[in-house]
Amino acid sequence: MNFDFSEDQKLLKEQVARYLSDNCPIEVVRGVLEGDDYYSSSVWKGLVDLGLTGATIPEEYGGLGLGPLELCVIAGELGRVSAPVPFSSSVYMATESLKLFGTDQQKEKWLPKLASGEIIATFALSESAIEPNPNNIKCSFSSGKLNGIKMPVPDGSYADLCITVVNDQKGGADKIKMAIVPLDGVGVNKKSLKTLDQTRDHAELIFDNVDAELMNNSDDGWNDVQHIFDIAAILMAFEQIGGAEASLSMAKEYALNRFAFGRQIGSYQAIKHKLADMYIKIELAKSNSYFGAMMLNDDGADLKIAAAASRVAATDAFNYASQENIQTHGGIGFTWEADTQFYYRRSQVLGLALGSIASWKDKLVTQLEEKNIS
Amino acid sequence: MDFNDTAEENNFRLEVREWLEKNAPKDKKIGGYDSIDVEESALERAREWQAKKADAGYAAITWPKEYGGLGASSIHSVIYSQEEAKYNVPSGIYDIGLGMCIPTMMAWATKEQNERYVEPALYGKEIWCQLFSEPSAGSDVAGVRTKAEKDGDDWLINGQKVWTSGAHFCDFGIIVVRTDPKAPKHKGLSFFFLDMKSPGIDIKPIRQISGGSNFNEVFFTDVKVSDNQRLGEVGEGWKVALTTLMNERLAIGVPKSADYSSLTQLAKNVILNNKPAIKNDLVRSKIADWYVQSEGLKYTKMRSLTSLSKGETPGPESSIGKIVSAPKMQDLASFAMDLQGAAGILNDPDIALMHSIFQNQWMSAAGYRIAGGTDEILRNIVAERVLGLPQDIRVDKTVPFNELPSGR
Ligand SMILES: Cc1cc2nc3c(=O)[nH]c(=O)nc-3n(C[C@H](O)[C@H](O)[C@H](O)COP(=O)(O)OP(=O)(O)OC[C@H]3O[C@@H](n4cnc5c(N)ncnc54)[C@H](O)[C@@H]3O)c2cc1C
Repeated sequence: MNFDFSEDQKLLKEQVARYLSDNCPIEVVRGVLEGDDYYSSSVWKGLVDLGLTGATIPEEYGGLGLGPLELCVIAGELGRVSAPVPFSSSVYMATESLKLFGTDQQKEKWLPKLASGEIIATFALSESAIEPNPNNIKCSFSSGKLNGIKMPVPDGSYADLCITVVNDQKGGADKIKMAIVPLDGVGVNKKSLKTLDQTRDHAELIFDNVDAELMNNSDDGWNDVQHIFDIAAILMAFEQIGGAEASLSMAKEYALNRFAFGRQIGSYQAIKHKLADMYIKIELAKSNSYFGAMMLNDDGADLKIAAAASRVAATDAFNYASQENIQTHGGIGFTWEADTQFYYRRSQVLGLALGSIASWKDKLVTQLEEKNIS
Repeated sequence: MDFNDTAEENNFRLEVREWLEKNAPKDKKIGGYDSIDVEESALERAREWQAKKADAGYAAITWPKEYGGLGASSIHSVIYSQEEAKYNVPSGIYDIGLGMCIPTMMAWATKEQNERYVEPALYGKEIWCQLFSEPSAGSDVAGVRTKAEKDGDDWLINGQKVWTSGAHFCDFGIIVVRTDPKAPKHKGLSFFFLDMKSPGIDIKPIRQISGGSNFNEVFFTDVKVSDNQRLGEVGEGWKVALTTLMNERLAIGVPKSADYSSLTQLAKNVILNNKPAIKNDLVRSKIADWYVQSEGLKYTKMRSLTSLSKGETPGPESSIGKIVSAPKMQDLASFAMDLQGAAGILNDPDIALMHSIFQNQWMSAAGYRIAGGTDEILRNIVAERVLGLPQDIRVDKTVPFNELPSGR
């Protein structure tokens, strides 16, 4: 029985945690929220210098050649500080897509640049508030040109490259593909969007006859997209758990130091039980996500179901912990000055990034039906 | 990351497997004793199985060899349970005795006493019960009123215990009593073990909400116990009780119950809005939620086991088990009954869907949310011991016990 991260992975976790607590205190997050920057370029540069954007990129492409478990511990620490950087879009989604579905040439061209931090990439599926499915993707690719709209695209205002889910106009079952689109070309129109969490940029991208290149997808491109989402679900779950743990510890600190009716509010059961519930949800999420990590690492048969379970549990944990953290703080928790807002905002960005929980639950049960568990 | 055994663990698993294959009963009908009356025949089957296990050393894997254990680690004990769970063996009857009472004896009784009592308990010849709760002391178990008064070299016990599981078939019990009502609550307690057949003990089964009778009222009228049946010092019974309660948290969980897979099976077979219920989004959402809870607990256990396997102490995460599983048992059963519409009320296994498993579970779950620490008390424990939040305000800690206010 060895259902835990290794000593090396725990060391990496500490190293990342130390870097972030020194260089990404909450003031940095606030700076991005209140300022004009799309992200913290200094924190990002530090992460690049530590090699983390290339953590899972093979050494031949200039990365560290580590595995998904290392990415899980990094994700947890980024979530804990609510880091205002494009890690989830550039690393979990775009880099993983390139590794899995890029042609050799595409990998040679882009992976070293991602590892060295020369470029930031993102991934675009959503086009509107209507849930995407293989039959409603309007972004079209033909003869090397891309047309259509994607929104909201994470980090779209400043990313250099976008892995874009497209319809190849041929109408077959294999019509869904991924295309690589440099975002500095002619015909790319970017519009930053006002969202709930301005510490993580989102944009609308309008493509008007933009040069693009298809990737090396399988016969079922939609399934490839789902696979990337499954990977991202597990990595994001770790990020969500980090955020949930930070919310719980913030709530606990406050509950120990705030007095009402002559005693610490943390001595009232309504508060104690709320915090106990946060803890319970976090532990359930952690345990599900550990299994997700293991499936990711082994490319295991239960990857899909583990991804859905991690997603459902971690979203529930972070939503609950970040919202009840505000409640535990009372009025001050609802102010602009309070740091509770960063986790409250981030919980929705992470929770919605991969589609609605109702859909993930449905996927989970579909998997159970396929496994014929009853 | 993996769930693999070490070579040594794997050898042990193979040994256990082989032994179970040879020895475990193959009879499908033998179950636990949850929510049904314990008949003499069920007791007999449980005794037989217990004796076989004890002979092989599997009845108390973590106990020292001198007491008939294997002297092995908790991970071995878990491996054994995993393998045993594949069979339908009698379970439950010895959990309190071997999980709580005997460990308390081993920590506090004399060597001679342990030589006398441990082995018969291990072999299932003598069954033990826990006489803690009283009508006015449950969660607040240090508030017991049953008193013991010195009578020469002996003690006389008078008062009443309640909810004592198994008292009607048990041979011995451990009991917390008040020996000094003028001292503050926790300071006036003493702890004894006693023979349940002692004169003056009157056991009245209580009928549970489910109709069965597993627990009892136990009345004490001038019950004589000798001073050498006292565990710990006079007035320090609470310390001893804590040994029992610490073990309770390890011993008490919920039994194997109908879970998301049973619910899925049901949902495939009943109709909602002209479609199989499994096609209904609310049903799917609920199944997903309970799947996530179940798997969450399963993998939480794996995390604790990993610590054990490395020779470390498991983290506090193991404290969430019953808080999650007992309410889940109840909610899931209630939802499964709802899917059966008006027929959901049927509780006759011959006509109700899936032999009334959900109806029975719904009934017994209400008890699991209370037994061995209520949902609320367990949340207090997580908040205080795991998160380090302050204790509730206590108005009873320094006041003489007999001056404390009491309700009805
Ligand atoms: C099936 C079953 C088997 C049992 N077997 C045994 C046995 O073998 N031996 C034995 O000694 N006992 C046994 N018990 C008793 C069990 O330990 C008690 O019922 C339990 O501890 C609760 O105590 P109580 O019933 O007095 O309820 P109370 O303590 O009166 O609780 C009533 C309600 O008040 C809440 N409450 C009480 N104190 C607090 C607090 N500080 N903060 C918040 N809420 C609070 C409780 O959570 C509960 O909801 C058994 C009980 C059951 C249901």
